[in-house]
Amino acid sequence: MAITLEQVHYTYSPGTPFARVALQGVTLTIEKGDFVALIGHTGSGKSTLIQQMGGLLQPSEGKAAVDGIDLSRKEKETKAARGQIGIVFQYPEHQLFAETAYEDIAFGPRNLGRSPEETDRAVRRAMAQVGLDFDTFAQRSPFRLSGGQMRRLAIAGVLAMEPAYLILDEPSAGLDPRSRRLFFEQIVRSHKQQGMAIILVTHNMDEAARYAKRLLVINEGKLLYDAPPREIFAKYQKELEEIGLAVPAAARLAAVLRARGVPVPADIITEAELEKFLLNWVKKRGKK
Amino acid sequence: MLSDITLGQYFPGTSVLHRLDPRSKILATLCFIVIIFIAKSSASYVLLCVFAACCALLSRVPLKLIYKGVKPVFIIACLTALIHIFSTKGGEVLFSYGIVTVTALGVEMGAKMALRLLLLLLFSSILTYTTSPIVLTDGIEALLRPFKSVGVPAHELAMMMTIALRFIPTLLEETDRIMKAQTARGADFAGGSILTRLKSLLPILVPLFVSSFRRADELATAMEARCYRGGEGRTRLHELAYGTLDGGCLAVMLLLTAAMAALRWLS
Repeated sequence: MAITLEQVHYTYSPGTPFARVALQGVTLTIEKGDFVALIGHTGSGKSTLIQQMGGLLQPSEGKAAVDGIDLSRKEKETKAARGQIGIVFQYPEHQLFAETAYEDIAFGPRNLGRSPEETDRAVRRAMAQVGLDFDTFAQRSPFRLSGGQMRRLAIAGVLAMEPAYLILDEPSAGLDPRSRRLFFEQIVRSHKQQGMAIILVTHNMDEAARYAKRLLVINEGKLLYDAPPREIFAKYQKELEEIGLAVPAAARLAAVLRARGVPVPADIITEAELEKFLLNWVKKRGKK
Repeated sequence: MLSDITLGQYFPGTSVLHRLDPRSKILATLCFIVIIFIAKSSASYVLLCVFAACCALLSRVPLKLIYKGVKPVFIIACLTALIHIFSTKGGEVLFSYGIVTVTALGVEMGAKMALRLLLLLLFSSILTYTTSPIVLTDGIEALLRPFKSVGVPAHELAMMMTIALRFIPTLLEETDRIMKAQTARGADFAGGSILTRLKSLLPILVPLFVSSFRRADELATAMEARCYRGGEGRTRLHELAYGTLDGGCLAVMLLLTAAMAALRWLS
């Protein structure tokens, strides 16, 4: 049970002067229950890659499959397989359309052919998941909500489909720090409770370090690294900077401290870890 | 899905026709359209065809693309030809069955009419293939400016066209994005009766309208923030200027017009 991409190539507008190669032979597997962060600078092919995973673009070459079902075929199974993958695009609030929040969230489950009872249950659960009170918001127009509420409503619309894999494209862009933290707490909860696989596309290295178990680095349409974030951020600081990325702030601070003689281990990549180490270290030094 | 649509069919290049001033190209196209209707004798049609073929080759646009540009009018051209073939009476009778008679004159008229239509479209597609939409609007604005005194809002028209053109790719991209987002939520745009299909467009149209209004609002603010106050006293980054090439274009068009007039009235 996994999303598998095999030697996927993709070119936009092939055969015209506007042709642009976006992916060159990407092979990867995302298992059920994974928490993957996908990083790469603008134009590196991240968006194309997630559209391949969701079956929204067909590979020019190679194969994309979900749970063994080829996504390029046009059969009923394929539709069901696509239903396994939820995609939250950038600025998802721009896709709201229905008259009430309830109707908008119910759009996905209804399209998947769920019964009215199942749909109702899914809508209530999705709203609870993103922290929108059912009685307050269900009958409101999506266009009369605040920006943050609209974003949460749109994400609920995807969660209501109860996907086994959830792809999030820059979900925290334009959110304030508090909403950002709450949002990730909700996502981590869904990931842990339902075993939902998460694929997080982000520019924020701290988010990648804090939440992901596995990190994919993509550059110029090629998969550069595929390893736990700890390993990548510890080993490839220079290489990441060369392709326009960086290591998390905590890892950068750790490097500066190391240069000044503080023995910070190389595998520290989050603020919490660094804080813990420094407190211990200061305490030990005080004893000496 | 929608990424294959190229706007206004502009084909980037550096050919002689690409480098011509847009005003010359627009005027030359207008001139050619008028000339087409002077053509009468077969010799004049041959001349027009040769001229159009030369322009097509000069533009360095792949012939396949030019063919694609002209293709939509084929059916109309054929229909026009057929109507002329069956309705024109005169000359030698080639074929007769019941009330249907086909005469030599009919066939000639039909062929010429179809050719006129094809040449018309061929020439205007060469114009749009070699001129980017923005440059084209600049040219139109410059040509309309003299008519300002009689109340033609040249600048406003050009600005409207520029904005519309500028936002077509953006809107296409937006449509593509919304379609993908709704497809990811299991929406199906292909199947069902007309009513179901229209209904299935709602999840695309509503967000598209909302975002268009938002964009319009933002654009208005951005323009005001940069003190936009209409065309009065505005200077431009790329001033249009006639060059030697444009002189050549003028000479060629004059020659062609003279030749066509001679073929029509002197022979």
